[in-house]
Amino acid sequence: MKAANNTLGGTPIGSAAEDKWTISRSKPAILRKALRIALATLNAAGLLTLVIIFAMPFVWMISTSLKTLPETMIFPPEWIPSNPVWQNYADAWNTGPFLNYFVNSIVIAVGILILQMLTIIPASYAFARYKFKGSNFLFGIVMVTLMIPAQLIFLPVYLELSAFKLLNTHLGLILPFASSAFGIFLLRQAFMQISDELLEAARLDQAAEWKIIVRIMVPMVKPVLVTFALFSFIAHWNDYFWPLVMTTNETARTLPLGIAKIREVEGVATWNILMAGNLILVAPILAVFFMSQRQIIKAFVYNGVK
Amino acid sequence: MTVWEKLRPYGMVAPAIIMFSLFFIYPIFYMIYLSMFDWNFVSPTKTFVGLQNFKDLLTEPDFRQVLSNTTIYTVLTVTLTTGLALLLALWLNRKSFFHGFVQGAIFSPHIISLVSISLLWSWLMDPEYGLLNWVIGLAGFGKLEWLSHPSTSLISLVMVAVWKGLGYNALVFIAGLQSIPSDIYEAASLDRSKPWTTFTKLILPMLSPTIFFLVIINMIGSFQVFETIAIMTQGGPVNSTNTLVYYIYEYGFRFFKIGYASAAGVILLIIVGILTMIYFKLLSNRVHYR
Repeated sequence: MKAANNTLGGTPIGSAAEDKWTISRSKPAILRKALRIALATLNAAGLLTLVIIFAMPFVWMISTSLKTLPETMIFPPEWIPSNPVWQNYADAWNTGPFLNYFVNSIVIAVGILILQMLTIIPASYAFARYKFKGSNFLFGIVMVTLMIPAQLIFLPVYLELSAFKLLNTHLGLILPFASSAFGIFLLRQAFMQISDELLEAARLDQAAEWKIIVRIMVPMVKPVLVTFALFSFIAHWNDYFWPLVMTTNETARTLPLGIAKIREVEGVATWNILMAGNLILVAPILAVFFMSQRQIIKAFVYNGVK
Repeated sequence: MTVWEKLRPYGMVAPAIIMFSLFFIYPIFYMIYLSMFDWNFVSPTKTFVGLQNFKDLLTEPDFRQVLSNTTIYTVLTVTLTTGLALLLALWLNRKSFFHGFVQGAIFSPHIISLVSISLLWSWLMDPEYGLLNWVIGLAGFGKLEWLSHPSTSLISLVMVAVWKGLGYNALVFIAGLQSIPSDIYEAASLDRSKPWTTFTKLILPMLSPTIFFLVIINMIGSFQVFETIAIMTQGGPVNSTNTLVYYIYEYGFRFFKIGYASAAGVILLIIVGILTMIYFKLLSNRVHYR
């Protein structure tokens, strides 16, 4: 964007040239410069406020997690506790079978991801590349699934899983998400964009179809696959609703449930322990986010643009 | 074409389609079926009651409050999130390191678990020792009850939802803005078009697919709000934050009125269905396309 001097919040980008014209015709140079500095300052102050609004809660979370309980009630607050209480993390961890929660979270998120890859790659390839009878109807099922939020049908799914004796099992938490309509939608688009020539060349070599798919086609859509994998893993790592609804005991429960349960174990107002537990849940995600911010933002925003 | 070649596409889509049928399509019909029965989940017999569950629901004052809570929550969350996000996008749509950093910061709540966000904001909004009350105290205002008073509880939940969704929405808008070809801006500035005119006559129409997309997915998301309510308020105080999915959850899993809860689920399904259809209708008719 060439609108470098156009810093007023809410002003559309295209107006830079306009501003320059009106200002240079009506005001002396020194005033123009003062105005520009004032706007730049306002802009910087605004950006800083934004960062504070969005970062402060996290800072407060870390700060609280390192305090003693009486210290959490002192105002004005001490942002960096003079004697950080690392014990809070151990206390949070010991409120429940946290190792168990942790393993469950990983098994479920990874299990879902693997099954999704195995189901969405062939399905999206078939939808993108083959003409077959009933494909419109079958793709219609994908679209309906895409539009129905899973949160809406939890009651019948619960009864179904209970009939299959899958409540309180990893499999019961994995299977409902073994395929992803969103994933099929994204990948199908990617497969459709691959040029036919490449495929023809491979076919002339008499290569088996599955080899063409695995060796040539899948590597070409790798960026989309990575995008989807990030999206899926984060969504299921964070999920609270399904593990809550589909479990009645601790065997298959995940980290988010363990964190929410600290409050029942430690009492409502032990915010220091709660925030320590909270950090155990948030830190891995934030760490991954800082490392691959670009990729993750792309992964989530992609869905909004296509 | 061999038989195998003919069957291949079906074999490839089968695993996904079977999963969708088992865990999405079939449950929808099962839920509609259940909504016409009286069943407590343990009894071996289900009693057919026709549309009685729906009649009960619609005459139940609690359910009316739930519907109105959900609607108010949705309208406020969607308008504030989408509106503020558009302003933010116009402001932050620059490519510099600092702008990138700010974009990352406002986006970060979107990838954080709702459990964390709910606990964190419960602490920030604590009436006694919460940071928010201290901050507004510095500005000279009295303490607020936030989640603990029926008059502020719902709006507090809206605040949290807006805080969480704003960054994502703004970045989708920014992506939308960047897909507008730059020669259009150049033409507008050559024509000496006023900023406001450029915005209403050019940017807004070009962004309309993005706006509709965000409004609809925000609406569908808000209509099924659950986590923040389950963790922060449990529907209270005095039912002031009870919403549809939480209501279904309580009736299904706490009171074991499966038929009644399913009927509420069917009503939610109809609402989401209508929203989805409006979305596609608008997308195919009114929305501006390049």
